[in-house]
Amino acid sequence: MAQHKINYLSEAGLPVALTTVDKLVQWGRSNSLWPMTYGLACCAIEMMATGASRYDFDRFGTIFRASPRQSDVLIIAGTLTKKHAPFMRRLYDQMTEPKWVISMGSCANTGGMFNTYATVQGADRIIPVDIYLPGCAPRPETLQYALMLLQKKIRTESASKKLKPKRLV
Amino acid sequence: MRKYTDKKNVQKKPYYTDRFWVAPQIPKLDVSSDEVFASDVEALKANFEIKEAYIQRGQLVVYINASENVEVLTYLRDKLQYNFLSEHSAIDWLAKSGEFEIFYQMLSTSKRKRMRVKFFIKEKEPIRSVSTIYKSADWAEREMYDMFGVIVTGHHYMKRILMPEDWFGHPLRKTYPLQGDEEASWYEIDKIFGKEYRDIIGPENRDSSRIDEDDTYNFSRIHHEVAFGAKPSKEIVETDYQEEGGVFLVKKLKKADSKILEERP
Repeated sequence: MAQHKINYLSEAGLPVALTTVDKLVQWGRSNSLWPMTYGLACCAIEMMATGASRYDFDRFGTIFRASPRQSDVLIIAGTLTKKHAPFMRRLYDQMTEPKWVISMGSCANTGGMFNTYATVQGADRIIPVDIYLPGCAPRPETLQYALMLLQKKIRTESASKKLKPKRLV
Repeated sequence: MRKYTDKKNVQKKPYYTDRFWVAPQIPKLDVSSDEVFASDVEALKANFEIKEAYIQRGQLVVYINASENVEVLTYLRDKLQYNFLSEHSAIDWLAKSGEFEIFYQMLSTSKRKRMRVKFFIKEKEPIRSVSTIYKSADWAEREMYDMFGVIVTGHHYMKRILMPEDWFGHPLRKTYPLQGDEEASWYEIDKIFGKEYRDIIGPENRDSSRIDEDDTYNFSRIHHEVAFGAKPSKEIVETDYQEEGGVFLVKKLKKADSKILEERP
């Protein structure tokens, strides 16, 4: 039991907040974005740095999960080779709705400098992408900012409506 | 001074095109200039047919018959103390003579010498595996098959090692296009979605110097971003993390309220 008495009328106001279901659900979703532990190339080093203590992804509610079943966000961190493309598509399919994708770095965006036979020329040929993040490799601040923009995007979306299929390419 | 080349329309073709270019060779020394190598070659000549032997950059190069590769390498390992096969692959001479040059790069840790065993084979001529003699040849032979299409008989697991198993073609051949052939360019689309999706997804953009008008409209003009497909505008767009009025339970930060410290406290 509380040992003190709060005067709601004079101190912080009544403990009641009015909002919509959409706002509440999307606020919850945007602040508990769990990305998958999934690194493809050198961008993964920057992604790990973003998750570590100096840049600290956890304060956004962003905790890396080691399973696609538990994740909301797929961060494509690195060069996507043609051999690996089917596996990434499978991981994306295994993630539960709602799900979002951040394409991190030049290689994931367009194939980057790997204009060769073995590299997928842009991960959006395989899966729909929400945020394209330029850089080679992007700094941790850039990935943080991308995540913040993704949070903002999620907050504008409707929670109750059936999710529209996303545009591929 | 460098020879003058015409610089007109040079941007139309900014990449290097002669894929059959061959680097000039460094000088070859006679085998007798090194007594260890001289005795090695003498021993080899007593047992096998040696077509050519010379020293290049302090390393012995020996040309043998393609049919004798297993015997020569066994002899080198057991009798001449070349106990380490550090590299093994092929060189594509198909355009010049229709042949592959196979090489085995050997190291003797006791003699502290390196030597190279070489021979030529025709394009579809199989060679015998040496993976029973040197373990390191196992993956090297698989890579050689993957990259050049050289068939190795007697190997216990002759499959591609780098490219996916259903890949078409051998990428390290000089005739293989760098940006991939028809099969390669549609590989992931065909495999994931099926061939009927080729029209929906469209071909790859392989032109690295392509400039898309929409990119400038929609992407690269910072603080003037517009929606997808819209025309550019001069209006300044303030990209802000939080919406006007703040997020539920989180106060919006006003820049005017923030305090900038002159000194470290």
